[in-house]
Amino acid sequence: MKKFNIIVLAKQVPDTRKAGKDAMKADGTINRSILPAIFNPEDLHALEQALRVKDQFPGSTITLLTMGPPRAVEILKEGFYRGADDGILLTDRAFAGSDTLATSYALASAIREIKDVDIIFSGRQAIDGDTAQVGPQVAEKLGIPQVTYAEEIIKITDQTIQVKRRLEHGVETVECPFPLVITVNNTAPHCRPRNAKRLMKYKHASTMSNRQENNDDYLASAIAHTHLTIKEWGVNNITVDHEQLGLSGSPTKVKKVDNIIFQAVETKTFTDMDEDMDELMKELVESHIVG
Amino acid sequence: MNNIIVYIELVEGKISDVSFELLTKGRSLANQLKCKLEAVLIGHNLKGLDKELFPYGVDTLYTADDTRLAPYATLPHTSILVKLFQEQQPQIALMGATTIGRDLGPRVSSALKSGLTADCTELEIGTHTDSKTKHVYNELLYQIRPAFGGNIIATIINPDCRPQMATVREGVMKKEIVDPQYKGKLVNLEVAKYVDEIDFIVKIIERHIEESKIDIKNAPIIIAGGFGVGSSDNFKLLHKLAGVLGAEVGASRAAVDAGFAEHARQIGQTGVTVRPKLYIACGISGQVQHLAGMMESNLIISINSDSNAPINKIANYVITGKVENVIPKMIKYYREHTK
Repeated sequence: MKKFNIIVLAKQVPDTRKAGKDAMKADGTINRSILPAIFNPEDLHALEQALRVKDQFPGSTITLLTMGPPRAVEILKEGFYRGADDGILLTDRAFAGSDTLATSYALASAIREIKDVDIIFSGRQAIDGDTAQVGPQVAEKLGIPQVTYAEEIIKITDQTIQVKRRLEHGVETVECPFPLVITVNNTAPHCRPRNAKRLMKYKHASTMSNRQENNDDYLASAIAHTHLTIKEWGVNNITVDHEQLGLSGSPTKVKKVDNIIFQAVETKTFTDMDEDMDELMKELVESHIVG
Repeated sequence: MNNIIVYIELVEGKISDVSFELLTKGRSLANQLKCKLEAVLIGHNLKGLDKELFPYGVDTLYTADDTRLAPYATLPHTSILVKLFQEQQPQIALMGATTIGRDLGPRVSSALKSGLTADCTELEIGTHTDSKTKHVYNELLYQIRPAFGGNIIATIINPDCRPQMATVREGVMKKEIVDPQYKGKLVNLEVAKYVDEIDFIVKIIERHIEESKIDIKNAPIIIAGGFGVGSSDNFKLLHKLAGVLGAEVGASRAAVDAGFAEHARQIGQTGVTVRPKLYIACGISGQVQHLAGMMESNLIISINSDSNAPINKIANYVITGKVENVIPKMIKYYREHTK
């Protein structure tokens, strides 16, 4: 039986769903610090699909790959708790300021180092940008096909995979040989919960630089527990053209950022008392807005 | 050269509305930039479709007609666009922010190493001065979109790479015929020159079209609920009011995430864009990403227990109160005072 070499692309994102009024600073910028950093929800859906392939093909390996600041190691640990076998944190100042194109270039370069990859899963999109671009762009950079908006794996053999896609007006099943990129839709099943044994096993996992920073006896602990050392890759670990990374590799620039400007309208205010409600409804009915 | 190209999307052989909307926007941008508006149509049995497109002011229509090009598949459509863009060097390329456009756009932009902005709500022409080099860029495409979960509006530009690519959701832009007799040029592309055998590596096994039963896009009245509605049970009240008024029920992203409503009901930047004659927002605070999908409603009523909810600023009527108190009163009045 085939053993699949699977990569799951994941991103640590600010939980923008929790951005209320207090998330905006007085100068109109986002107060990122008050938003919790989470595992991008659809990337968890992607991890679940990878785990299902592994359930069916024991001996397959799942490597979580994330690009971000050092603290993004948190989502790799979260992935370990839920069943990922390996994790790589792609982190370097050279990646700062990347748009989707530079991000996908860096991720694709890292995937090339991993070699002989069969399936790359990712969430359809991340909640902080909602662009849905990195998955297809990684596929293009690697010169392999993509299957987007995936909802379910219908069938998988040694040579091909059949995937059901969720489109605007229905569903489509496609068959594709390996390797390929699959981006998983928000309608796909949620990820299984953490496994208690794995939680115990990996709760002290960390990167070398995090250990160094915390003044651990990092060399000793790394040698004693190799599984607890999470791989940390920078530009020197991957073969890249530096011009295509970070700001210089990003064709899109943010010109400006605004709070939404509300158009001023004349607003009539009512309470929920009966008289008020009657007055409002009378107005709506008489002006033929309703009825 | 240096024109605007719109990718025309076909669904079951019919041109999508979003493509007409993009042509309408593309025409006005082309007038401003004094360049041509071009379109590319890829599929099979395309005869006659050009007559639907030219009236929107299309100067050149490129078609690629082959049985293998329909229904849409990523790789062959990508290959055609990439080669065509390399030949024609458009300055701007637009496509719908649909499952097709959002599959195709990033792949094409990656191949061309060009910038792509997803889900734009506005497109404008403007200038830009680089803060470091002081280089002045004229006639750039401002790609304006909500970002960061819809809490801000960002203006994105691609100063150096061409084409400047953007996707736009259906219903965001207006569609308008410029001239039913508009004369454009039809160019049939020789498909074999644009696609490779390897582009057909992904096989479509089965397609099952199910029209979504929920049609909030065309509903004249929408009763939309947010997280503030509180529960699925309270959401049933919205359905009841919708039944009485002949309306459709919509929802904010937060309400969909909370499981109060189906995804097909989601209104906003990542859902559907609507412009009904009446929009009743129930327990919706009004994140930008939601407002982007309903701001152009004719009349907005906000029902919210928080009198300072941001949505109240764009509402014509604000009712300060609990959704579960207000809606039954509206139903009662309506039943008693109309036939």
